[in-house]
Amino acid sequence: MVEVVVFAVAGAACLAGAVGVVLSRNPVHAALMLVMTLFGIAVLFVALQAHFIAAVQVIVYAGAIVVLFLFVIMLLGVDRAAELSLGALPAQRWTAAAFGIGGAAVLVWLVAAVDRIFQGLPSYCAEEAAKLGREAPSAVCASLQEAGALGSESAPTATNYLIDVSAIARSLFSDYVYAFELTSLLLIVAVIGTVILARRSGYGESAPAESGETPQEARP
Amino acid sequence: MSGLEVTTGWYLTLGAMLFLIGGTGLLVRRNPLIMLMCVELMLNGVNLSFIAFADRFGDVHGHTVVLFVLVVAAAEVVVGLGLVVAVLRASPRATADDLSALKG
Repeated sequence: MVEVVVFAVAGAACLAGAVGVVLSRNPVHAALMLVMTLFGIAVLFVALQAHFIAAVQVIVYAGAIVVLFLFVIMLLGVDRAAELSLGALPAQRWTAAAFGIGGAAVLVWLVAAVDRIFQGLPSYCAEEAAKLGREAPSAVCASLQEAGALGSESAPTATNYLIDVSAIARSLFSDYVYAFELTSLLLIVAVIGTVILARRSGYGESAPAESGETPQEARP
Repeated sequence: MSGLEVTTGWYLTLGAMLFLIGGTGLLVRRNPLIMLMCVELMLNGVNLSFIAFADRFGDVHGHTVVLFVLVVAAAEVVVGLGLVVAVLRASPRATADDLSALKG
């Protein structure tokens, strides 16, 4: 029961924040709504036994990315009523409506299909085990068996299997070590690219960008 | 209260809704900053699905992938905000409709 309440509260916070990001006129309000969504998701991560990921979510997203957003908003002085009053282009609005409705239909169907597959998995694996006899089961059935999800049909999630930091580190530095190294390359490229972007715009305007840090002057 | 349990499908539904709200916002809004925030919403919906599956199957790979998604999201935001700063410094009232500098 507690799980249901936690899910309801955190999920409602997530959805309210997401809608707020899309609908708020002021970029500062949008950034704060984004923080609400991110915290709700961190709570859901804790509910899903992903404690390390929840901590990283709060530190990286709320602590770094949103602060970066707020820095840019304040630096540029664009924290005023934004362009919602302009209205979207007609074609854009139709595209968005089609995306929303079609995507909702497809995703509801997908989630229903996934739930059906989950419910059918234990009997499928039992059939497979009977057919194969002593041979190795397929990967899905093996991982389910390992997680203990096949034994008791009352357990909807494999809560007896705790994934802690050491398991993540073992995976990150063995199976995914090349991807991990590529990540460092990506970060270096991002940093260098950002520095070059910022410098080039400084060259373009020369004096105002160097001396006056007040973008309000440039407003029409 | 045995009838009401939080299953993986609930988390998947919530992740799908976040993804859809973010995608719709990305299409509707024209402030580049808010468009970047909507991309973050979409990424978070996907992350929630990854963690839900990782919990369902007791598999660590979902967690690892979420870490990579976080890193890529951070890099994306840094580059995106760099572009936004460069554009909005030149013309402070620019919207995404005005960002046609790369058009041939």
